[in-house]
Amino acid sequence: MIRSPVIARRELSSYFYSPIAYVAMTLFLLACGVAFWDDFRPGQPVAMRNIFEWMVWLLVFVIPVLCMGLLAQEWSTGTIETLMTAPVGESDVVLGKFLGALGFFLVLISPTLIYLILLSLYGRPDFGPILSGYLGIVLVGALFISVGLFCSSLTRSQVVAAVSASAVLFLITIVPWWLSSKAALSPTWRAVAEQGVFIRYTDFAKGVLDTGNLVFFVVLTAVFLFLTIKVLESRRWK
Amino acid sequence: MIEVSQLTKRYGQTLAVDHISFEVPKGRIVGFLGPNGAGKSTTLRMLTCYLPPTSGGARINGYDIFHQSTQVRENLGYLSENVPLYTEMRVQEYLDFRGRLRRMDRATRRKRIEYVLERCWLTNVRKKLIGHLSKGYRQRVGLADALLHNPAVLILDEPTVGLDPTQIRETRKLIKDLGGDHTLLLSTHILPEVEAVCDSTIIIAGGRIVAQGSPDELRASRRMQARVLVECRAPALEVETALSRVNGVGRVEILSNGEADGQYVTAAIRAKDGCDVREEVARTVTQNGWPLREIRLEHATLEEFFVQVTANQAVAQQQEGGAA
Repeated sequence: MIRSPVIARRELSSYFYSPIAYVAMTLFLLACGVAFWDDFRPGQPVAMRNIFEWMVWLLVFVIPVLCMGLLAQEWSTGTIETLMTAPVGESDVVLGKFLGALGFFLVLISPTLIYLILLSLYGRPDFGPILSGYLGIVLVGALFISVGLFCSSLTRSQVVAAVSASAVLFLITIVPWWLSSKAALSPTWRAVAEQGVFIRYTDFAKGVLDTGNLVFFVVLTAVFLFLTIKVLESRRWK
Repeated sequence: MIEVSQLTKRYGQTLAVDHISFEVPKGRIVGFLGPNGAGKSTTLRMLTCYLPPTSGGARINGYDIFHQSTQVRENLGYLSENVPLYTEMRVQEYLDFRGRLRRMDRATRRKRIEYVLERCWLTNVRKKLIGHLSKGYRQRVGLADALLHNPAVLILDEPTVGLDPTQIRETRKLIKDLGGDHTLLLSTHILPEVEAVCDSTIIIAGGRIVAQGSPDELRASRRMQARVLVECRAPALEVETALSRVNGVGRVEILSNGEADGQYVTAAIRAKDGCDVREEVARTVTQNGWPLREIRLEHATLEEFFVQVTANQAVAQQQEGGAA
């Protein structure tokens, strides 16, 4: 895995040549701005909880677009052959692409720090929940990227990669949240529904740091990265 | 050096590469020749560790392609068939990325990038986006990448495709220069290329090796002797009979009977083994008083040989299919 930083660096810089990344970034920041505008008025609590929760919803659609090309494009243009005939392993490639996308994700959310400045200019925000909220957002981002990367490894088509990643994220984030709000749900199903990403995330937004939640995100991210490595290796089994 | 033994690749029911074995000694340039779909690219992909073999194996510079794939890839430069490159990168930036992937340190990287940029005539486009380059330039970027780490073994899949005639000449010269220090395996279906640069040739068809040896050996092996072409003004029939009687002449074939070309007849003469019949032929023609326009010795081309062996292979496979 020594070579993954080299690949990560290349991935990160290639985002800045991609119009789709800019479009996704613009839409994400616009939507966040609208949500913040709604929160940023006299009488509202000086917090970012709403905007954090709003971000998770947006990321369900934004991250698949950012990740769709990571491997699908390598397959379709054939650059995977050039890449894999250099002395790099599958795990170098997967980890490198993951870190590159995570880097761009940090760039994507960093302008939202302006909200923090605005809040502290006009009020006294409680920094604890904001900090844990950002930690949570980064963890959610990492998980979503690993799902997006996995979907991108399965197909040559970027559109298929983006749509399927969005579908998976919708299924693990929004569907459980919607289910858990139903009153007539059996206790077993309720327990399953509460494993949803969105419900797990709300703790972070509230300022609650729970080891269970941390483990949940880290393990799930690792599982998808592992699966992606296996998909890359699978060309050897054919 | 490259040692290949019983290398086989099967895709489902199709046998793409069928137990091939060959060797490329250190410092030699070997041409890997075959019609489309013969299994050339598949073989090269197995040698470069991109695809694993179904059975059999190979060693590159002493390293096993299956068990020591990292070492193999460290010692290998590969130019793949369609030269896939990251189009959003600049030429120099791309080479720098490839150098980092190969863990070359900063100073070596800088030195080698300058060297390959110059060697592959890329200095004037070093700051350009690869996506904006023409096919010929991209081909050279791929070649520069293959040479970057000065590998012991170079595997080039159709290195001159898409280049203009000057660039083809220059690239062949470059490849010839690389031989000696580097071991080269060069796939192509351009026959003059093989004759121009390769020390020896391996011809594959239908996943099997159908012939191997130096271009001269290949020609000799099929008794594709040189022929003498004669152009003179005379009735075709008379030319044929007169020339057949010349000492040492094996067979005479009339290529054009002179109706189209002001009554000039073109005859192709195959001599018996080791005879140079030109003098005798010229004498016969002048004795008959026929105006002689040209007499010329034509060497058999590798192309004829290639067409012949690959056609034989196709026939053999059809018969096999019929029997099974």
